[in-house]
This record gives sequence, C-alpha cells and structure tokens, in this order.
Amino acid sequence: MMMGLVVTIVLLPLAAAVLTGLAGRAIGRRLTQALTIGAVGLSWVLSLLLLEQVIGGARLDRILYTWMVSGGVRFPIGFLIDPLSALMISVVTFVSFAVHVYSIGYMRDDPGEIRFFSYISLFTFAMLLLVTANNFLQLFIGWEGVGLVSYLLIGFWFEKPSASAAALKAFLVNRVGDCGFVLGIALLLHETGSLNYSALFAQAPTLVGQTLRLGFGLHLPVLDLIGILLFVGAMAKSAQIPLHVWLPDSMEGPTPISALIHAATMVTAGIFMVARLSPFYVEAPGALSVILVIGSLSALFMGLLGIVATDIKRVIAYSTLSQLGYMTAALGASAFAAGIFHLVTHAFFKALLFLAAGSVILGMHHEQDMRKMGGLRRYMPITYATFLIGSLALVAFPGFSGYFSKDALIEAVGHSRIPGAGTAYLLLVLSVFVTALYTFRMFFMVFHGEERMDAKTREHLHESPWVVTLPLVLLAIPSLGVGWILFHPLLGGGYWGGGLANVAGNPALAPFRKESAWQFFLGAFTSPTFYLMLAGIGVAAYGYLLRPRWPAAVADRLASVYRILLAGYGFDRLYLWFGTRVSPGMGRFLWRHGDEQAIDGLAVNGTAHGVGRIGSWVRRMQTGLLYQYAFTLVAALVVLVFWALVRSPGGILG
Amino acid sequence: MMHGLWLSFLIWIPVLGGMLLLLPGWKTPILRRSFALAISLVTFALSLWVWFHFEDRTAAMQFVERVPWIPLLNANYHLGIDGISLPFLVLTTFSTVLVVLAGWRIVDYRQAGYFAAFLIMEGFMNGVFSALDGLLFYFFWEAMLIPMFLIIGIWGGPRRIYASFKFFLYTFLGSVLMLVALIYLGQRVGSYDLLAFQRAPLGLGVQIWIFIAFLVAFAVKVPMWPVHTWLPDAHVEAPTGGSVILAAIMLKMGAYGFLRLSLPIAPDASRYFAGLMVALSLVAILYIGFVALVQTDMKKLIAYSSIVHMGFVTLGFFALYFMMGALTTEAARMGVEGGIFQMISHGLVSAALFLSVGVLYDRLHSREIGTYGGVAKVMPAFGALFVFFAMANVGLPGTSGFVGEFQVILSTWQANPWWSLGAALNLVIGAGFTLWLMKRVVFGPVQNEAVSGLPGLDWRERLVLFSLAVPVLVLGLWPAPVIDVMRSSVAHLVRQALATKIG
Repeated sequence: MMMGLVVTIVLLPLAAAVLTGLAGRAIGRRLTQALTIGAVGLSWVLSLLLLEQVIGGARLDRILYTWMVSGGVRFPIGFLIDPLSALMISVVTFVSFAVHVYSIGYMRDDPGEIRFFSYISLFTFAMLLLVTANNFLQLFIGWEGVGLVSYLLIGFWFEKPSASAAALKAFLVNRVGDCGFVLGIALLLHETGSLNYSALFAQAPTLVGQTLRLGFGLHLPVLDLIGILLFVGAMAKSAQIPLHVWLPDSMEGPTPISALIHAATMVTAGIFMVARLSPFYVEAPGALSVILVIGSLSALFMGLLGIVATDIKRVIAYSTLSQLGYMTAALGASAFAAGIFHLVTHAFFKALLFLAAGSVILGMHHEQDMRKMGGLRRYMPITYATFLIGSLALVAFPGFSGYFSKDALIEAVGHSRIPGAGTAYLLLVLSVFVTALYTFRMFFMVFHGEERMDAKTREHLHESPWVVTLPLVLLAIPSLGVGWILFHPLLGGGYWGGGLANVAGNPALAPFRKESAWQFFLGAFTSPTFYLMLAGIGVAAYGYLLRPRWPAAVADRLASVYRILLAGYGFDRLYLWFGTRVSPGMGRFLWRHGDEQAIDGLAVNGTAHGVGRIGSWVRRMQTGLLYQYAFTLVAALVVLVFWALVRSPGGILG
Repeated sequence: MMHGLWLSFLIWIPVLGGMLLLLPGWKTPILRRSFALAISLVTFALSLWVWFHFEDRTAAMQFVERVPWIPLLNANYHLGIDGISLPFLVLTTFSTVLVVLAGWRIVDYRQAGYFAAFLIMEGFMNGVFSALDGLLFYFFWEAMLIPMFLIIGIWGGPRRIYASFKFFLYTFLGSVLMLVALIYLGQRVGSYDLLAFQRAPLGLGVQIWIFIAFLVAFAVKVPMWPVHTWLPDAHVEAPTGGSVILAAIMLKMGAYGFLRLSLPIAPDASRYFAGLMVALSLVAILYIGFVALVQTDMKKLIAYSSIVHMGFVTLGFFALYFMMGALTTEAARMGVEGGIFQMISHGLVSAALFLSVGVLYDRLHSREIGTYGGVAKVMPAFGALFVFFAMANVGLPGTSGFVGEFQVILSTWQANPWWSLGAALNLVIGAGFTLWLMKRVVFGPVQNEAVSGLPGLDWRERLVLFSLAVPVLVLGLWPAPVIDVMRSSVAHLVRQALATKIG
C-alpha cells in the first residue's frame, strides 16, 4: 500500500516528462502544461497523504527491484520512507508545483516552452528518486540525474554562448564533487560490503577507530574519510567553497529554474544527504568539523559577494550560497534537525524571492540590472509585498519563517562541542549583518528610490499576470507561517521519531526542547543577532534610500576590497585558467610530443624506416655469389641448433 | 545444454551471404542492399536465439561443435561459447545490422563490395568469439583484418592508404607473435585446444614469454598506450560503418583475448605483469583523456575517448591481482564483470557517437568541430540523441556507460585507493572533453549558412540511432541481464586467473 503510494509519487512526474518529451510537439503546449502540472500536483497531494501516514508512525524500507548483482554485492533500487524523506517529498513536490504553475506565465511565448515543462518534470522525478533512496546506488542515480537536468536547464537558451558555457561549468564542477562522492561509496562498500544505508548505520560503530593505510605514511580514520569523501560531493551539489563557482553562473537559466533547482531543491541535495546519513556522521567527528568550517566560511564569504553584485538574480544566488553555508554549518555542529528545518523554510522563501525577482524581470522586459530599476513598488504591488515577505524571512526577522530556523541554527552551533564551533559561531553571527545588508540593499534598489529605467520600459511596467502572482502568494504563506508550525516538532524532536540522529540527546538542541515557538519568538528581542540584523537593514536604508551617493564613495575608499569582492575572491579566474589554459596545454603537449613525436615519430615511422633500411641491406646481400649463400645457410643452421637447445627440456626455457 | 550448428550458422551465413553479394548478376542495387540487410537480420535473430537458449548457471562451453580440421597438427574445427563470449556475439550481429542500414544510401561506390566486406567481417568476428581451437582462433583473428583493411583502403578518406597500412601493419605485426606463442603451446600440449592450453601446467619463464607474445597482439587491438596511435588515424580515414565496427567490435578483440587466452593460459605471468598493465591502463585513462580534450576532429576525439574507456576495461581485468581484504574474489569478479560490461556498453555508445558524427559528415562533409555550432537549433531530434549518447559516454547513471565504470571504480578501490582515484578522475576529464564537444557542435549560436540549412534526420537515421538509444537506456536502468549471463563464466575465469600453473 505505502510502497504503491511512493512509487506513484515518484513515477508520475517521470511519466509526464517522458510523454511530453517524446510527443510534446504532437500534443501541443496546452496539453503539455496540463499533463506536467497535473502529474506534479497529484504527486504533491499524494505526498501529503504519505506525510500523514508517516506522522502516524508508518515507515517503509523496501527494495523495488535489483538493478544488478555483481561480485556478490547487490545493487538495489529501493525506498526509505521516514519523517525526513516524507518531509522532503512534500517540500519538493510543493515547490515544484508552484514553479510549474508560474512557468505558464513566465515561459509563455518561449519557443522551447514544451521542452521546458518536460525538463522540470524530469527534474522533479530525479529529485524524488534522490530523496526516497534507501541505498547509495539510487542516491547517486538521482544525484547525477538532477545534475543532468540542471545542465540542460542552465543551458536552456543554448544559443547564448554564455548559457552553454555556464551549463558546462556547472556540470564539470559537479563532476569534481562526484569524483569524491564515488570514492566515498567505494570506501564504504569496501568496509561494509553493502550499498544499503542500513548496513552503514549498523556497522559505523564497529568501524570507530579503524584506519585506512593509503601509503606515503597516510593513515586516515575510515569513518572520517568516508564522511569527507561523501561531503566533497555535497560541496559541489550544495555549492560550498571552493566548489561553489557554478551556482552564480547557473543564473543563465530561466528564472523558474533558479527558484526550483538552484535555490529550493537541488542545491539542498548535499544538505539532505548529510542529514540522511546522520546516524553515520555522528560517528565521524572529524568529518563534522570539516563540514562545520566549510559551511560557516561559505555563509560569511559568499554573503559578502552579495553586497557588490548588481544583477538581481546574482544577489539572490549569493544569498543562496550563504544560506546553504548556514545549513551546512548546522550539520557540522551535528544539529541535523536545525539544518533540515532551515532547508525547509529556505526552500519556501528562496523560491518566493526568485519567483518574485522573475516577476520583476518580466516587468522590466528581461532587464536584470538593479541599477536600472527603482521605485517598482508603485507598479507591482503584489510582487512588492511578496518580495518583502521573502526578504524579511531571509534576514530572519522575528516571526517570519527564516527567523525560527536560522536563529535556532545559530544558537545550536553556539552550543555545539564539535571542534571549530566557536569560530563557526562567530562567522555565522557576523553574516547575519551581511545578510540583512545585501537583502535590503537589493530590496531598496529594486522597489524604492529613484526610477532609473528608461522611459519606454516605464511605460510598459505593470503587475504580472495571475499565473505568476498566484505562486508568489502560495509561497508567501509558508514563508510567513511554516516556522511557527514546524519549530517545536522539528527541533523539539517530536516529529523525527528516531529518523534523524542526534536530536534527543544533543546538547546543541537542548534549549529548544522546552521552548514553544512563541517563547522563542519573544526571545528574539534580547538576542544580539536581532540588533545585528536591524543594523544591516539600517545601513542598507542609509546607503540606498537616504544617501544614494554614499555606497560609491565607500567602494572608492575600499577600492582593493571592492575589487576582490567583484572578482569573487578569484576562484573563477583560477579555475578558468586551469580549465582553458593548463588542461588543454597539457593535452596539446601530450598529443604533439607524446603521441606524434615520441610514439609515431620515433617508434612507428622509425620502425617503418628501419624496415626500409633492412630491405636495402638485404638487397645488397643478393649478390649471386655462391659462397655468400652457403655461408648464410650455415649461419642459419647454427641459429636453429641453438634454438633447439634453448627450448629442449632443461634448456633455458624448459 | 544446447548443441547443433548454431555457431557455424552465425559464422558462415554472413560469410556466404557476403560472397553471394560479390557475384555478378544482381539486377538492381536495391535488391543487393535488401539481401545484405536480410542476411544481417537473420544472423542477428540467430544470435538472439542463442542468447535465449543459453544456460547461464554454468561456466562450461555451450553450443559446442568439434570436428577434425587439420589432423596432421591435431587442430580441430572447435567452437563453443560461454557467458563471456555470448554478449559479444549479439553485439556483433546487432552492430552489423546497423552498419548495413547506415550505409544504405550513403555508399554508392562499389556498393556490393562494401556490404559484402561487412558481412564477411561479421562472420569472421563471430568466429573469433566462438573459436576454441588456437589455430582456428588465429585464422579468424587474421581473416577479419582483411575486410577492415579493404573498407578503410577503398571507402576511406583522403589519407586512407596511409591509415589502412598503419592499421594493417600494427595489428598484423602484433598477431604474428601470437601465432608463435600458439604454435609453441600446440607443440607442447599436443593439440590446439584452447581449453587444454588453459589446463596445461607451465613454468613461469614460459608463461612470461607467452604473455608477452599475447600482450603485443592484444595491446595493439585494445588499444593500450603506447601502441594506440593507429586508432585515431584509422578512425579518421574509415567510412562511418568502418568506424562503427572498429570501435564497437574490433577494439573488444584485444580485451577478449586477455580473458580467453592471457589470464587463463598464463595466470602467473599475468600476475607478474599485472602492475605494468594497471599502470598502462591508468596512463590510458589520464594521459589520453587530456589528449582527447584538444582534438579538433570529431572522429579523432571519439577515437581517443575510446582508448580512455578501454583503459577502464584493462584496469578492471588486471586489478584483480591486487585485491585485498575479506572480499578478494568478489571484488575481482566485480572488476572483471565491470570491464566486460564496459566493453558492451562502449560498443553501443561509441557506435552511436560515430554514427552521429556520420550524420553530420554526410551533410557537410566535414569532421572539424569548428564547422559546426548550433546544430540543436536546426536538428532538434538529432541534437537530443547526440547529447544523450554524449551523456552515456560521460558515464551518466541511467545509461549503460555508467555501469562498467562504476563497477571498476568500486572494485579497484579494494586493490588500491589511488588507482581508484585515477580512474574516478575520468568523471571530470571525460565530461570535459565530451561535453565541450557538445557545447561547440550542438549548442551555441548557429555558426554559418551551411549549418542553418542542415536537413533533419530521415527515417532511416532515426531508426538506427533509436535502435542504439534503447539498449543504452535499458542497460543503464537494468544491467542485471547482461551481468547474470556472464556471472558463472567470470567466476570460473577469476578462479583460473588466481590459481597458479607452475607445476
């Protein structure tokens, strides 16, 4: 019964994707939209049913079919349904549904519309496959599946060279992560003999203290190494330093994609994966420390980049990087519940922000530069209101969903005893100010102040159609309310029922066990993060409402810092240099000097010339002189006798 | 267990069919083409029949035929297959059907000869995969070179003469040494029965010489670095059909030789040389990956990509001597199974990629990447298929290209994590050269007028590419049937390879 439900939820979007992908042109755009939206909508409704069953205590851990058996290892396709995956399924299908509806309006008149709907349904399928897996094979299939669709969608407008370049970059950077991920799977298979999560969980305690000899004097703890290798994959998917570079460029894709894939769902795959494996990660404190440090560094330093970006989508992209850093830091502090809580609230308010930004972009006739916006609140009231809700949730304003998850997360890191937690806490607190600054800088630049667009654009400015604004409203509701509802069950531990490790006994989560959402809300006003946040909004207001010349003056004064931020700390330049100079240079060297000169030049053609030389030498031997022939015969005989000696029993070869 | 003349049919029906095609008196070209297609379809159907009547719970040879051939030498016409050879028979017959279809309209110069060459070659290749007699094996091994030599030399590109001679000399020189080794073994064992060779005890010194003789023959065919340089030239000059068979089947002969001859006949020498083989495999994966990156000719790029993928195959085979820990033989089996699966998958994917390049070449007569750009805009269906096959080449899960690489990476870790890392780096490098190709050819703005005028796929091209897309997808979603067929035989082979024969 439950198995059937899960299979239906997962396969509905696939069926829609395949049907519209193969026959889309025959069935037309209307039917394509109806099919894909219907399928994803139905999946969402069914996911609520599933969630209800799971809250009632139902669980599922079953294999659907055996992909293959090789070397005695079973490679299964199967599902694990528990509170974590049920929650993820509902979030994914809901956001996907909202994005599907929104795309009717956003992608209207695009010649690739049908292809677009087919892709996003395929994406939904791959993401569902990923979150429902009960084993590493399926996890990896979904993992790469979302990567594929992300590649296709970033490069959706493939005629734009920048889009196809961004798609290639995203795929390659993710592949770097996958490299680590696959090796992590190889190591855990080596240690446990199975690809099932349950085998890893069961055997992790027995592997504590074991080390792996890697040669060169390297002896690494097995569990930490598994944890770090798998996390390398998560670093790419969830865009953590130094594998974050693909995410800002992914904004080349259509905006609904940025909302669905590059904010709400796919980029959270890494976060989900670590939480999914939490029973194992608690046994790998070394890996957790690495995760904690990477996460908190990403939170602050990616946020700083948001302050100087001028493309509205890029600002939101940097905020996504920073928020993912927050989630990662929570995982590192082994406060998995807090990380997932922020994942959920972030999915709603970040999808909302992106879609609202898309609405702005539609209104501005595909202009994304905030320097050419301003004063839009008068023209787009619904977009304005929903964008404000999203922004307040993002900066963690008390009462908005982001507040509950983010402040709880920061507090949990503060209480954590994982090495590195002190520094991480400091970085996270600092970036509260940064988050507020870049968010409201964007908000003021877009909706307030002077109207900087040209007259023609201004004439055509108007609110977007209902298919665009309805999803905004749909997403604004959870951005406001979901924090209140989920705070206690998710952090107090009532919801998880043992599905997530380290909820009950975790000192980092201890403060929330007794608190209600209301008490936590009231606590906001005595917490320093609240005032840091206000300060951030205040600075933004000063610079972008009151003294519009001030930011430029500051940038001038801090020119070197400004340049470093604009260049994104130089990661892109380094990787670009490696990708377009070093690698092809190596390739050309190996090709020209290795293949062509050394192998072909010396060995092959050299042999051919050698044969020619022997030929002419042999020709000279055909002299017609009998004695020479006789001599050759004798010599040949000697060789033959020698050969017989050699290969006789007891000879050299015998 | 099945008996009968099924294997002989698989060999001689296409050979005879090909010879009939060469006879004068065919009224119209269409009749000739249809006959060639019919022969290839019948052979394919026969191979499927064999597949479904194959007993996969045993490692013993099946469909065995044995009659005296050269009594003086005690050589027999001895055929038989196990779970390792069976998938290659089906792959051969399947590829031949596609090649006949793909050459339908394109080849108009000496068409009868073209189809005849492919049919005759098909028969001989089936012979290699089913021969159980050393001399018979050698006969088919050399015989299949001749049609390929002619295909490149007659229907090839401008530098076809250089390429065909390079191909022939390279592969012929290699196989001469193999003949010496086979004759030595025949003298020593008293017959040319390959299974007897496998059972015969041999000292390490002898094994080493035999292994080297085989290695030269097989390494050239695989091809392994550094004897790989004939491949890009051969591919570039070969007509599309020739490239397909070369990549899909002929490259598999070397790796098949390792499985059928080197590992079971000279297991101790294989262990002795395993480190070298692993090193050469890793060089193929990494070095050639970078070389592939800078190619400007699409066919050369895919040729180099083939060498990379075959590196995974030989890595999977020879890492088996280094497996450590509790699951030694299990890991060894996974590596060998992964290598074989990679061969099958590469047969499908590289065939598809060469056919895709052929589709473009037939239209603009250029293999240069720079000629193209924005093809997806003009030929959307083709663009989708080309990208799909590229993704299979990259080893994306859900395609057949993933399975073997995954098995090899997983199992190699148990031998040495660093080798596993080296292989895993292909996740990045392979994606780099393949998808960069896609970016330049399929995506981007429409490059020029020639591209904007490209006609879409016709029904025949669609049929051919879809026939390859289906197995690539199905085997990616469910590789079990192919793995199941080979499991017993691989287990037997691994036992042989890990045993010692030093008397």
